Amino acid sequence: MIDAPKVDWLALSPTLALLGAAGVALLVSVIGPAWFRRAFAAFVAFAGFVTAGVLAGVLLDRTPDAQPLLNESMTRDRWAALAALILAGAGALSVLVSWGETRRDHAGEYYALLAAAGAGMVFFVGASNLMTLFLGLEWFSLALYILCALDTHRATSLEAGLKYLIVGSFGSGILLFGSALVYGATGELGFAEIAAAGATDDALLLAGLAMIVAGLGFKASAAPFHMWTPDVYQGAPTSVTAFMSAATKVAALVLTLRILTVAFPEQEHLWTIAVAVIAIVSLAVGNIAALVQHDVKRLLAYSSVSHAGFMLIAVAANSELGGRALLYYLIPYSAMSIGSFAVVAARERELGVPVTLDNLGGFLWERPFLGASMWVFLLGLMGMPLTGGLVGKFYVFSAAYEAGLWWLVVAGVIGTAISLTYYLRVLLAMWTRPEPAALRPLVVGGSPPRDPLLAGAVLASLVVTIGSFVFVQPLIELARDAASSLPF
Amino acid sequence: MTTALIFLPLAGALLVWLLPLPGRVSGVLATLIALAEVALFAVAVRQFDFGQNLQLEDRQSWFSDLGVSYHVGFFGFSLWLAGLTVVVCAAAIGYAAWANRERARAYQGLLLFLTGSIVGVFAAQDLLVFYVFFEAMLIPLYVLIGVWGGERRVFATVKFVVYTMAGSLLMLASIIVFGLSQGTFDLVDSGVSSNNWVFLGFLAAFAVKAPLFPFHGWLVDAYRESPPEVAAILSGVVSKAAVYGLFRIAIAKFPEPVESFQVPILVAAATGLVYASLLAFRARDLRSVTAYSSMAQMGLIVLGLFSLNELGVNGAILQSVAHGLVSATLFLLAGMLETRTGTSAFARLGGMARGRPDLATVLLVVGVIALAVPGSVSFAGEFLILAGIYAEGWAWAAIGAGAIVLAAMYMLRLISAVLHRSRGEAVREEALDLRPAELAVVLPLLAALLFLSASPNSITERNFPIQGSDVSEAAP
Repeated sequence: MIDAPKVDWLALSPTLALLGAAGVALLVSVIGPAWFRRAFAAFVAFAGFVTAGVLAGVLLDRTPDAQPLLNESMTRDRWAALAALILAGAGALSVLVSWGETRRDHAGEYYALLAAAGAGMVFFVGASNLMTLFLGLEWFSLALYILCALDTHRATSLEAGLKYLIVGSFGSGILLFGSALVYGATGELGFAEIAAAGATDDALLLAGLAMIVAGLGFKASAAPFHMWTPDVYQGAPTSVTAFMSAATKVAALVLTLRILTVAFPEQEHLWTIAVAVIAIVSLAVGNIAALVQHDVKRLLAYSSVSHAGFMLIAVAANSELGGRALLYYLIPYSAMSIGSFAVVAARERELGVPVTLDNLGGFLWERPFLGASMWVFLLGLMGMPLTGGLVGKFYVFSAAYEAGLWWLVVAGVIGTAISLTYYLRVLLAMWTRPEPAALRPLVVGGSPPRDPLLAGAVLASLVVTIGSFVFVQPLIELARDAASSLPF
Repeated sequence: MTTALIFLPLAGALLVWLLPLPGRVSGVLATLIALAEVALFAVAVRQFDFGQNLQLEDRQSWFSDLGVSYHVGFFGFSLWLAGLTVVVCAAAIGYAAWANRERARAYQGLLLFLTGSIVGVFAAQDLLVFYVFFEAMLIPLYVLIGVWGGERRVFATVKFVVYTMAGSLLMLASIIVFGLSQGTFDLVDSGVSSNNWVFLGFLAAFAVKAPLFPFHGWLVDAYRESPPEVAAILSGVVSKAAVYGLFRIAIAKFPEPVESFQVPILVAAATGLVYASLLAFRARDLRSVTAYSSMAQMGLIVLGLFSLNELGVNGAILQSVAHGLVSATLFLLAGMLETRTGTSAFARLGGMARGRPDLATVLLVVGVIALAVPGSVSFAGEFLILAGIYAEGWAWAAIGAGAIVLAAMYMLRLISAVLHRSRGEAVREEALDLRPAELAVVLPLLAALLFLSASPNSITERNFPIQGSDVSEAAP
């Protein structure tokens, strides 16, 4: 009789729930009757994300100490569990945002892919070995490539998918090459074993480390690895953009901090500087490029590049406080990001054209709830009070200062100052009605399309954005417990 | 109590935004809420024991790992600044209700939100809470100027945003450095710091807000382009947030840097005082004169604060209240003139006294108080400031006294350009005198000024619990 390895099913359950949901949704979208597919797939995907969230919550509660998993290729710890929880929340909201997207075909496959991408991300954040890392990365990336290109009748969607595929594969290739170099230098795949191998100043190892950081930088859309971000965010279906902007960043940044602290503690003097430089470049590129954008999705894409910079400041701090700051920041950031793209999606469905600063005019009066919510999200992205964005920035800057990186605080402050200009343009654009009648909504003779699910997602994002400002203590305690499972 | 004082207008703002009332009705509702806030303030004053330091405290841990708590409370001097806020904001909201601005629900809600945030600034006893209210106060201002402002509103808004946010973000960096090195962000628990850079970060935010020469670039555009009641709040009240910050944080927490930067700050304040007075004398319209005179007064107030003795600081607080009332009244009057004539340019005004006795009387009284005629509250404030700064060197006092002469020049010029001479081309014969509603807005402010003129010691004797000592003991 063969001894089967003991499998900790609970630790894998969030991934499996999402994978199961993806499978069921896919099956139904093939064999189910046409009228049934979309609703059922959406429901299954939503249920999958909610179940994954609940299971991640259980894991968070029942994992006081980190445990190796599946022959040490994965880790069960609170760091991964909290990240999974945020990912599940982001996914569930994205399903709600997606529902109103009128798509003639592939409606069922869309939700199946969304769940599959979520499963890959949840798997990815628990990786503790270069193989599982790459597996998880490709898993969710492949799903996202297809999702971006799903609107085959729109050239921009195809362009987005193709661009993401090419640039993303390039990033994955770099990561894989880096992994190979690290394996060559140390002979190990596991994160902890790489650290234990102790080949500290091996050029191969350092080259591998640099390539791994670059590869993860592609996924986090940190500059200078961000080139795909504006085009893909603009071209992809807006609900996909909403999901990507939040979830991909959560996954990539959470894993970045894990691999750097677990596998490369000896090289911290090198990678803290490298990450700090990437953070500064992201802040500069994201904020300056956003200044001249006219398309709101593009503008938000550059804003997401700059936020990658803010979060990388927390990574560069390489401290327990930095980990706490990163996880805290990701919670309101995900909500604000999904919320703002959801509002853009609503406007887009109403007008039938891409949303620009011009045709956002008067939005606040036409759709007061969505407009006011957009206001809150943008204020949050600015780091203004009454939103978790302020507290997030406060923690990130505190972590940087505590780590002695005061110049990163200065960079962050300058970046924030620049960012105000373009956020303010959007904010003020929503107040004033444009003059020409050509920009009036295309919906004639009736109220704008009702989309209660999208409104629900926006409301939930709003609650998280403001709630994370008021109830900092419980969230920070969660983040602290999670961060304590990494070796700082 | 303090929490109620902060959150009553904020809750009121939410109410006004959410209730689908017609414009007029929501204006009335907002006015009632603002009046309720004034009543609540009166209750707070009755509860306040002026023999003690920090009172009416509320404290609640916010996040403990960095030592941040929601901590609010009032000192004697900050209570007066809060009082100025609620009174001026009530007048502004009442005027906006009467003028019936477009999109009244949004407008009135923003004004109430602004009121609550400013009271929060004056009550904050934790640095992050201070920052939160300081920023929260700017958000409605951006919208009020950027959406309801005059022709060049967007330009004015962007300028205002860039200046104020640059200052605020430097302050955020300073807050983080100060708080982390102290182990707490609480203003009561934390000790003092001798870090010059951190001090300068705070100073930048307050110098922009005041504004202090040479950080006044945003001033004229913002004051000229905003609706009159917003300009009233901006010059009368928001600038006093800088006074509070300078005294409660910069002076109280950085004794050494204050010593070493005292002379440069006094130079900047004195330069601003003279320079702005000269600009006010040269300005061609009512709003610009008021704006520059406001900047000049802030220079004088900063002179008083940085005399670093109790006379000067006491005078600065009194002058803050007096100037807040004066400048708010003047901007409201400017708004009333603009609705009648469509302009505030002196070249097209004139002769408005004839047949308009109420307008002439109100403007003359406010103008005379503004130029610090002996017996007025401004005279008391300026006298205390000059007496305080005299201890630092007679030259400062001489400059200050010279500026008072300039103040007389520009205020008399303003009064005569509006009221006297022959009738200006923009002044129609049938332009009305002040309406009862306008008088109802202006007269309470005027009454407060006259009351304080009669007894300025009702404020000066209640600023600090310890009288006749040097400011390091009196300071919180």
